[in-house]
Amino acid sequence: MNFPILSSLILLPSIGALFLFFTKSKSENKITAKYVALFTSLVNFFLSIYLWFLFDQTTSAFQFVEDRIWIKGLINYKVGVDGISILFLILTTFITPLCIISVNNSVTKRLNEFLIAILVMETFMIGVFCSLDLVVFYLFFEAGLIPMFLIIGIWGGARRVYSAFKFFLFTLLGSVLMLVAIISIYWITGTTDVVQLYELGIDTKYQNLLWLAFFSSFAVKTPMWPVHTWLPDAHVEAPTAGSVLLAAILLKMAGYGFIRFSLGLFPSASEVFTPLIYTLSVIAIIFTSLIALMQEDMKKLIAYSSVAHMGFVTLGIFTIQQQGIEGSIIQMISHGLVSAALFLCVGVVYDRMHSRLIETYGGIVTVIPKYAILFMVFTLAALGLPGTSGFVGEFLILMAAFKDNFLVAVLASLGVIIGAAYMLWLYKRVIFGKLINSELKKMIDLNKSEAFTLTCLAIPTLYFGFYPEPLINTIEVSIRDLIDTYNFSVASK
Amino acid sequence: MNNIELIFPEIFISLSIMFLLILGVFKKDSSKMIHNISLLVLLITAVITFNETLSINPTTLFNESIIIDYLSSFMKIITLLAAFVVLLISSNYLRTFKIFKIEYPILILSSVLGMMIMISSNDLIVFYMGLELQSLALYVLATFNRDQLKSSEAGLKYFVLSALSSGLLLYGCSLIYGFTGSTNFNVISTQFNTNEYAITFGIVFILVGLAFKISAVPFHMWAPDVYEGSPTSVTLFFTMVPKIAALTVFIRFLYVPFLNLIDQWQMILVFLSIASMLFGAIAAIGQKNLKRLIAYSSISHIGYALAGLATGSNEGIQSSVIYMTIYIIMNLGFFSCLLMMKRNNIYYEQIDDLSGLSKNHPLLSISLLIILFSLAGIPPLAGFFAKFYIFKAVIEQSMYFLAIVGLLSTVVAAFYYLRIIKIMYFDEEKDSYDKDHNLWLKLSLTVSTILILMYFIFPSELIDVVSKINII
Repeated sequence: MNFPILSSLILLPSIGALFLFFTKSKSENKITAKYVALFTSLVNFFLSIYLWFLFDQTTSAFQFVEDRIWIKGLINYKVGVDGISILFLILTTFITPLCIISVNNSVTKRLNEFLIAILVMETFMIGVFCSLDLVVFYLFFEAGLIPMFLIIGIWGGARRVYSAFKFFLFTLLGSVLMLVAIISIYWITGTTDVVQLYELGIDTKYQNLLWLAFFSSFAVKTPMWPVHTWLPDAHVEAPTAGSVLLAAILLKMAGYGFIRFSLGLFPSASEVFTPLIYTLSVIAIIFTSLIALMQEDMKKLIAYSSVAHMGFVTLGIFTIQQQGIEGSIIQMISHGLVSAALFLCVGVVYDRMHSRLIETYGGIVTVIPKYAILFMVFTLAALGLPGTSGFVGEFLILMAAFKDNFLVAVLASLGVIIGAAYMLWLYKRVIFGKLINSELKKMIDLNKSEAFTLTCLAIPTLYFGFYPEPLINTIEVSIRDLIDTYNFSVASK
Repeated sequence: MNNIELIFPEIFISLSIMFLLILGVFKKDSSKMIHNISLLVLLITAVITFNETLSINPTTLFNESIIIDYLSSFMKIITLLAAFVVLLISSNYLRTFKIFKIEYPILILSSVLGMMIMISSNDLIVFYMGLELQSLALYVLATFNRDQLKSSEAGLKYFVLSALSSGLLLYGCSLIYGFTGSTNFNVISTQFNTNEYAITFGIVFILVGLAFKISAVPFHMWAPDVYEGSPTSVTLFFTMVPKIAALTVFIRFLYVPFLNLIDQWQMILVFLSIASMLFGAIAAIGQKNLKRLIAYSSISHIGYALAGLATGSNEGIQSSVIYMTIYIIMNLGFFSCLLMMKRNNIYYEQIDDLSGLSKNHPLLSISLLIILFSLAGIPPLAGFFAKFYIFKAVIEQSMYFLAIVGLLSTVVAAFYYLRIIKIMYFDEEKDSYDKDHNLWLKLSLTVSTILILMYFIFPSELIDVVSKINII
């Protein structure tokens, strides 16, 4: 047995949180608390990079697997990564330190508790992406509700209570059906171990209902139209760091779940329900893009654009082609970077002006030029300009969609155009135009930590835009294997 | 009279009660002493039960009217320990209300004795005797703060309604006796004719009576009023201990003589379970008083325990027992918090009194947060595993409707638990509460919180213990 690297990744943030819990939260300790949290999350980040370095890209088998008896005769604690999950893992460990750096101004009260919540959240998110047992997955998936509820509720904006409740209850309602399905799988097959389930397969007569139960959970979390309504509320009211975590990582749990569980465990049901997913995805892309066009609140606009982007992701996953799924994963990674950066950008101006309304701003390009440049990079990445990571994902997804269903692809392409419209219009109204509001002249340009976080996000966005090879190499074999298994079980039906 | 040592715990506790009564009469100001002796008695009885009876084969005594097996021993130990903790943490509360009297520990001991007899009963008459012994003690306990109108009202209400239910129960017993010619569970199981409808009537009446004791919907009406009116330490006792005993009788009564009639009683149990889960969850939403709220929450929790019993399988019974065990720990934690909400000798029990608790009492509120999320059944806390085992047993029997309704009602229930958390964490703070609490109170809160939080590390231990329960 080698060094349990995945368990260390899962546990480290919690240990850091425990350490913070026992340090007194006095004002002079604020800096120390932040450094402790930052140190923990950075160690975790470098550990995960080391993991990527060790990762063998030529096999689709799960690696770094740890298998321990947890509940005797019932559930094993089993974790492991393959090409699909490792990127999400690294995304999580990459975004968390940036969140911690960004809490400078947005969180003024109870900093200690806030950092604890973020670190605990990191534990759960990493757990979701590495667990190879359905019950362990469910455990981490649901447990994430607790810290997120508190992050929105304690440190959020004016309507935080409503948003926190909506977030919690929506997600819980979606998830309980998944629990029924997981227990049913246990009684049908006698195991909840994902690797064994991949080999055993699940009887086709059960698949449809089980698929729907999993879908109810993932659809809420993605979020897909029409159950997306919690997302704008949660995003708008959450503090900046909370929005970043939500957009960058929490939403990816569902996309990951679709690939890992819906496609992997229920292939024939996935085939049956592909039209449903296509319809909902296209509605999400066009409908929420149109809604985004009309938003006056910057955070809300980005929240709706997230729904549209996740529509592309679900569309890509259910094309069930190499390019489509690769595109979806890259789109998710890219969206993780870009939406995190956009929320941070909104956070920057919000900290200075205490307004998220677009009409407050205008013409600030001359006042804060550095900000304008970085904001532009992410705006262009969000609308999928070639040379940014957003382009690679969308392009691959649309290519796969054109092969599969022409109409769907055309409609989705329409969404790209609307997407460009609302992002550019947002940029124009905030950055360019006449400087009317005289308050804006007092704005200070990015400070060091803000510039650092945004640059950290800009580098991979551009790098993977020009050279997505490292990402594709990592995921390629696992996806090919997934699709082969899928085709085999659909054909043998 | 071979195995007389097997009921040594009961004998010991009865003798102690008599001794303590005499002591209380002849020695002035002995309430503190009696309190401490009672604690010791409970602990010793638990140890005796553990040593003498836990690991023996099922044995019957007194013409098979008493049964000692793993289930009864386990439940007795839980009862005794729960009563021990209740007594341990209630002394400050009683002192504040100047009701720190000799009767309190003695009444608790007598009701525990009644419950132990119930748990061991293998005969309708023995069971009824135990039930009445514990009920009579409980009526008095409910009115223990007799200067308060609400407490007297609670006791009276409890007495009248409970007597009614005992009447129904007795009527059921007489029906069963009439058609089988015996009150003994083992004899009944061989004697009855499955086509006889009167037997079914008898079962229904007994189930109604029992449902009353565990406050399952639609026989729950007394619970909120009694829980609210009784002294908080007594409410704590009510929410846990009598339910363990009644649940054991439920198991014994349904699974020993009437397992063959499962088609008849399964529907009733499913109905009681669904009604309790849903009603408890929905009715708790509008509550303002924490004790009323916990009354509805306990109704809802008993619904889950009944769902396990409705399965008709050993796994179901075991999951119910696990559920009750975890529920007791959560309840202990919750009430420890409630008993800490004291300022200038006044106890506060409205939900609004928790407002902003997290600022003045960060540790207390984080414990309460963990307990509430656990009550709501959110992983990775103990409450989730409790529900998980229940639904695992329920789905094994393909009772999907029950499972889905149960899980949906957890979502409804999550709402009111979240509301408390919202008030604690999101609202503005009020004056802080006293911080110098009884050491035992702090200890019970700490231990229960740590057990809830850390349960996921060692989930197998409790299952190992409970999986020895084998009724069918």
